[in-house]
Amino acid sequence: MFVVLAVLAALVLLLGGCGKVPWNDPYPEGLALSNTLYSSFDERPKHLDPVRSYSANEYAFLAQVYEPPLQYHFLLRPYQLVPLSASQVPIPRYFDAAGKPLPDDAPAEQIAYSDYLVQVRRGVRFQPHPAFARDGSGALRYHGLTAVDLRGINRLADFPYTGTRDLTAADFVHQTKRLAAPWLHSPIAGVMQEHILGFKELGERLTQAAKLDPVARVQALREARLDGVEVVDPASFRIRINGKYPQFAYWLAMPFFAPMPWEAELFYAQPGMKERNIVLDWYPVGTGPFMLTENNPNLRMVLTRNPNFWGETFPTQGMPGDAEAGLIKDASRPMPFVDQAVYSLEKEDIPRWNKFVQGYYDSSGISSDAFDQAVRIGGDGGPSLTDEMQTKGIELMTSVETSISYLGFNMRDQVVGGYSEQARLLRRAISIAVDYEEFISIFANGRGLIAQGPLPPGISGYQEGKGGINPYVYEWHDGRPVRRGIAEARALLEQAGYPGGRDPKTGRALSINYEAVATGPDDKSRLAWMRKQFEKLGIELVIRSTDYNRFQEKMQNGTGQVYMWGWNADYPDSENFFFLLYGPNGKVEHQGENASNYDNPEFNRLFDQMKFMENGPERQALIDQMMTIARRDAPWLWGFYPKAFSLHHQWLFNVNPNKMANNTLKYRRLDPVLRERLRTEWNPSVLWPLWAVLGIGAILVLPALWMVRRRERSTAL
Amino acid sequence: MMLVILWTDALVFLLLALAIGFALYASRHEHLRAPWRRVARSRVGLGALVVLGFYVLIGLLDTLHFRLPLADPAPGAAHAATERRFAPEVMSVFDYWARPLRQRQEKTYSAPFATHLFVKEAITQPDGSVVRDYPRLQYGGRHLKDPKQRGWDIFDTALRGQIEGLVVWGLITLLVLWGMARRRGLALLAMYAEVRDGRTDLPWRTALGGLALMLVLGFVAGELALKYHILGTDKVGEDVFFQALKSIRTGLVIGTLTTLVMLPAAVLLGVMAGYFRGWVDDIIQYLYTTLNAIPSVLLIAAAILMLQVYMANNADQFESLVERADLRLLFLCLILGVTSWTGLCRLLRGEALKLREADYVQAGAALGVGHFAILGRHIVPNVLHIVLTTLVLDFSGLVLAEAVLSYINIGVDPTMNSWGNMINSARLELARDPVVWWSLAAAFLFMFTLVLAANLFADVVRDAFDPRLRGTR
Amino acid sequence: MSAYILRRLLYALPILIGVNLLTFVLFFVLNSPDEMARMQLGEKRVTPAVISNWKQEHGYDRPLLFNEKASGLAKVTDTIFFQRSVKLFAFDFGSSDDGRNIGYDISQRMWPSLAIAVPVLLVGFAIDISLALFIVFFRATYLDFGAVVLLVAMMSISGLFYIIGGQFLMSKMFHLVPISGYDIGIKAWKFMILPVIVGVVGGVGSGVRWYRTLFLEEVSKDYVRTARAKGLTERRVLFRHVFGNALIPILTGVVVVLPLLFMGSLITESFFGIPGLGSYTIDAISNQDFAIVHAMVFLGAVLYILGLLLTDISYTLVDPRVRLQ
Repeated sequence: MFVVLAVLAALVLLLGGCGKVPWNDPYPEGLALSNTLYSSFDERPKHLDPVRSYSANEYAFLAQVYEPPLQYHFLLRPYQLVPLSASQVPIPRYFDAAGKPLPDDAPAEQIAYSDYLVQVRRGVRFQPHPAFARDGSGALRYHGLTAVDLRGINRLADFPYTGTRDLTAADFVHQTKRLAAPWLHSPIAGVMQEHILGFKELGERLTQAAKLDPVARVQALREARLDGVEVVDPASFRIRINGKYPQFAYWLAMPFFAPMPWEAELFYAQPGMKERNIVLDWYPVGTGPFMLTENNPNLRMVLTRNPNFWGETFPTQGMPGDAEAGLIKDASRPMPFVDQAVYSLEKEDIPRWNKFVQGYYDSSGISSDAFDQAVRIGGDGGPSLTDEMQTKGIELMTSVETSISYLGFNMRDQVVGGYSEQARLLRRAISIAVDYEEFISIFANGRGLIAQGPLPPGISGYQEGKGGINPYVYEWHDGRPVRRGIAEARALLEQAGYPGGRDPKTGRALSINYEAVATGPDDKSRLAWMRKQFEKLGIELVIRSTDYNRFQEKMQNGTGQVYMWGWNADYPDSENFFFLLYGPNGKVEHQGENASNYDNPEFNRLFDQMKFMENGPERQALIDQMMTIARRDAPWLWGFYPKAFSLHHQWLFNVNPNKMANNTLKYRRLDPVLRERLRTEWNPSVLWPLWAVLGIGAILVLPALWMVRRRERSTAL
Repeated sequence: MMLVILWTDALVFLLLALAIGFALYASRHEHLRAPWRRVARSRVGLGALVVLGFYVLIGLLDTLHFRLPLADPAPGAAHAATERRFAPEVMSVFDYWARPLRQRQEKTYSAPFATHLFVKEAITQPDGSVVRDYPRLQYGGRHLKDPKQRGWDIFDTALRGQIEGLVVWGLITLLVLWGMARRRGLALLAMYAEVRDGRTDLPWRTALGGLALMLVLGFVAGELALKYHILGTDKVGEDVFFQALKSIRTGLVIGTLTTLVMLPAAVLLGVMAGYFRGWVDDIIQYLYTTLNAIPSVLLIAAAILMLQVYMANNADQFESLVERADLRLLFLCLILGVTSWTGLCRLLRGEALKLREADYVQAGAALGVGHFAILGRHIVPNVLHIVLTTLVLDFSGLVLAEAVLSYINIGVDPTMNSWGNMINSARLELARDPVVWWSLAAAFLFMFTLVLAANLFADVVRDAFDPRLRGTR
Repeated sequence: MSAYILRRLLYALPILIGVNLLTFVLFFVLNSPDEMARMQLGEKRVTPAVISNWKQEHGYDRPLLFNEKASGLAKVTDTIFFQRSVKLFAFDFGSSDDGRNIGYDISQRMWPSLAIAVPVLLVGFAIDISLALFIVFFRATYLDFGAVVLLVAMMSISGLFYIIGGQFLMSKMFHLVPISGYDIGIKAWKFMILPVIVGVVGGVGSGVRWYRTLFLEEVSKDYVRTARAKGLTERRVLFRHVFGNALIPILTGVVVVLPLLFMGSLITESFFGIPGLGSYTIDAISNQDFAIVHAMVFLGAVLYILGLLLTDISYTLVDPRVRLQ
């Protein structure tokens, strides 16, 4: 013990001479004043290939590197598409089966296919990368590498030469073909089969190529032809879609459609690269403002400014209030503003939060347990920061997410499912009894908005106020929705044939299975809470908890009764939410995303109409009808729309919650000098405990030595 | 009332029967009785035993499960009073006894002895305005008109508990003294003087002192727990004191059943390997080396996941949560047993190797006594002390292991009360500011007491049984 | 000697095969290749076609243990088990289910594990032995008794408390060291302080108690009495003779665990965010990445066997009476 302390004390003295860096600074010395943004990630990204990646934690890196044709405007709401690597947002042109152009307002049935002509932005170049490096003769330097060439190469950075080239339309077409390649497992291949002309056929043709070696596969892919996507000229390409699909433009804003240079794919496919973990799935090659320079998912990921970036400027337009919030101060200035962004792996909540408070992360979400420390909910229900946070100058951002967390019933189940009046009443009774207000306040610290239906705010079709409430569960009182009483729920339950929650057939309490995903320490109390809600009706909730994998399988088999799940919007359109209740999208029969297997013919019919429409009063009318049907059938307890609270320090600027855009790093600006000063101020080393322990040690050791001496004399006798 | 016997209950009863049987057997055999007498003579051993006794008592109360009959027959049901129905919920005697603790649920966190919730809430004032403040608890300190009287109230209640505890203790002491006095033919007062001065053969003074401490603590805690949440409440408002008490059974079951389930295999294989040698030895050694070579965490993780799959596929067999949680606990014991039997097996093999060369074994073999008769009559009884010491020594390690396993989510069922689960959720609570420390502290306190007592007891037992160490003490 | 080592290595083969088989059975009894595919492919829009595609790509479309359709020897070889196990014996770990090269990852993650484990072992060793000698010096006094009770108390505290408490005090309250994290190379030293202290303090209880028992056993032997009779001071007896002789069991005890140091510590690493092999294993379990789990179990088994072998050899080195045949 004393040895440890002595070592520590020595270190302390050593450190004391090292200058004024706080001791608990987790970053290397000398970087304190660099224009570097610090953040964290909690799960190592699995895929960084835009063809495969489909999760938020991967997009955090990917979206800064790859640039799809379109992006969401940083400030304007409702969400609006603006060009990124395309030079303008493409406007679809419609054709009938004979190939004749149709007017824009032609009915959906007549439209056989639609064309999107995408103009490629000029002057865009790829990041410096060895795949583009050319030798004196102009040949690609690192293509056709042998085992000898690869000696001593362990990382991408070990290749001494890099090169670049201009972005062309062919890069977009190549990437679209990659989506169809069966060996790349794109999660959206299934969806695109339905929409892009010739996509399915290409996939089938390529199954033969899947057995080839990687280099030959890339060649086969380059030569393959995708009917629906063609290069018009080096600066534009055309995508042909089956029928009418207005949502397609949103897909063009996702990394799936980001341009991919064939040189890079061929470069990574060479033999010997995979053994070194140098693969396209790990080292992205893009045109974006940043490039991934350090890729160690076990420790940290580093994004560095791309020297070849084409010089996008900060948007000049904003919503009212944005100017006051200082959000358009940087208007028209070329982005990005930070030189580097360091993301450290942080698996546990506690260290992450503490490091943020100490100033070592520039921004942070708020975990449920740190909430009280950070945020106070005011008398009016509005959040504000606690004094501790305010004195540190931390700022809070809130926004409702474009996602929903719901409790679903399996509509195929004998008891809770089905479309009989009895089943409907049972579901309605449960809808009233499960007090989601309490759930939000206990488990989400009030960070949620009660859902009255499947559509979250910010999506067109969402209705606020009295007209937007779910009348089966809520009443409108004094200008706000009030949950109906538990007595009413019990009455409904009795009407449903379960007086007092008892099943007349067995005489025992009605028992319902709840399929839960239990992984964290928080889950126990959540499950207990859920049981309590059903107990109010006298129903026994049997909790069957498993891991997420097993849960998905159960959903696939349709054996569950009640389950909790969520949905995160792919794009801000009501279709992306209503399709979760669309019959032909049922999980069990069609492997779709409708986990409740809800299938109401009338609802399906309306959905088929609504999905082709542009937003407007006509569409709103259909949406209202669908909403009424869904609320009556109650296949879900609509649950809540999570609210995102995020904190950032005063030295970080241009933070604006944008739930659709992932490529927001380029907008951020930093004040490293202020950060350095505050970090030092906030993290004074507290030395007295060290001296105290040493002192106590000394006090203990001296008498011990004395005792040794004394005992020696006595035993020597 | 309908008795429910869960799997672990049955095994606990079996263990109890075995323990009683062994006690009876040992009391009739001097060579077994002697070391136990040495244990009982040690002050540390006896003190630890008293503490363990209280744990075991609560654990046993929590092991008797039943279902309460339903008070009212279902209205409208055709076959009304003819058939008795039972509540679906499985309760234990302890649950029933500690009803006041179990049912008094607050909304969310509250500190120990608090009268107000730990987090602010919007409270609607009588005049309709809304204020954010700490609301009064629904149960904790409800009887107080003015929360400021809390200090005195706690003092009063504690005093009452203390007096009650002392009275009960006095009665027990009197009974014990009277019994001893009668047996020894002494007057009660003389007996008292002997015990007081520590002149008795067994350290009765320590035992009774320990008993006094535990009784007073128990009564004070009991009295206070009726009025307050003495260890606070957790995130969903459950009483932490109750949770900690409920966790006792889980800890004890893991500590004891694990060794019990692995015992037959370990003893049989170990003894056989040492006795038969040759290919039997080779196979058994191969078996345990292979098992040992697999990191145990992986083995446990795989087994627990396997159980989950089984339960998911056979969901109908489990009527209630308690049964599911119980099966998982049993399975955890089993798999922990599988990973820990190898050590004992190796020890026994070594001992059997030595014993088979002993004269009486050789003589038996020469006389044509069967192998298994020799094993059963000569070898097994002579290695029992090793089994016993291993059992006691392993106990505390297993209790601690449970906590670690819960951290990686391969411990007991998340709905089951256990110290591991408490610590696991407390991890997040420590990050709060102000810190919610009581869950962690409660789990720590209860676990520490048990493990410390068990460790001290194990030391004494080992010393008593190990002939080599006898001289040094 | 070399013949002995060779024989022991041959003996290791059936053990490794057994370990492989057991891991395999345990993993696939509960986990179908379908599930693994789903886990790897993500959450949204996963269709059965995509899954079968993935299985084919990763070689999970074969039968598990026995191929009825194949003929001859291929019945056994054309299975997932055979294809996955054989390469391990050549220490070719292949690539994980999410496409990373496992051998490369292990070679990277080994060092952080060692960087924590070795200092913990050495510092712990020094502290434990000096404390144990000190206690033995005062054997059969109240100091001894009190120390034993204290040690038992320290043992009775769950390791999690040491970690949580250490982070809370050292980093959150006193700002002395970073709470968690790691860095490559020499810059890692400030991240090592806390895990090492926690590791050492957490091991003091059981360590000192164990060494105390060893020393006590040695003290009661005859030569100690002789030495004392010669008039040597108690200190000399303890440090020169008792310590020297007890070193044999101590060292051989340490040798067993040496190879296993590579495996890292599961809990410490994930709490402190150290990218070692321990957290690698935990992640693999929670991601159900069979290839990694399989490789780590195999590696663990090999190291375990190596440890046993080293123990035997070290016996002959320190004690000339023992001879290996």
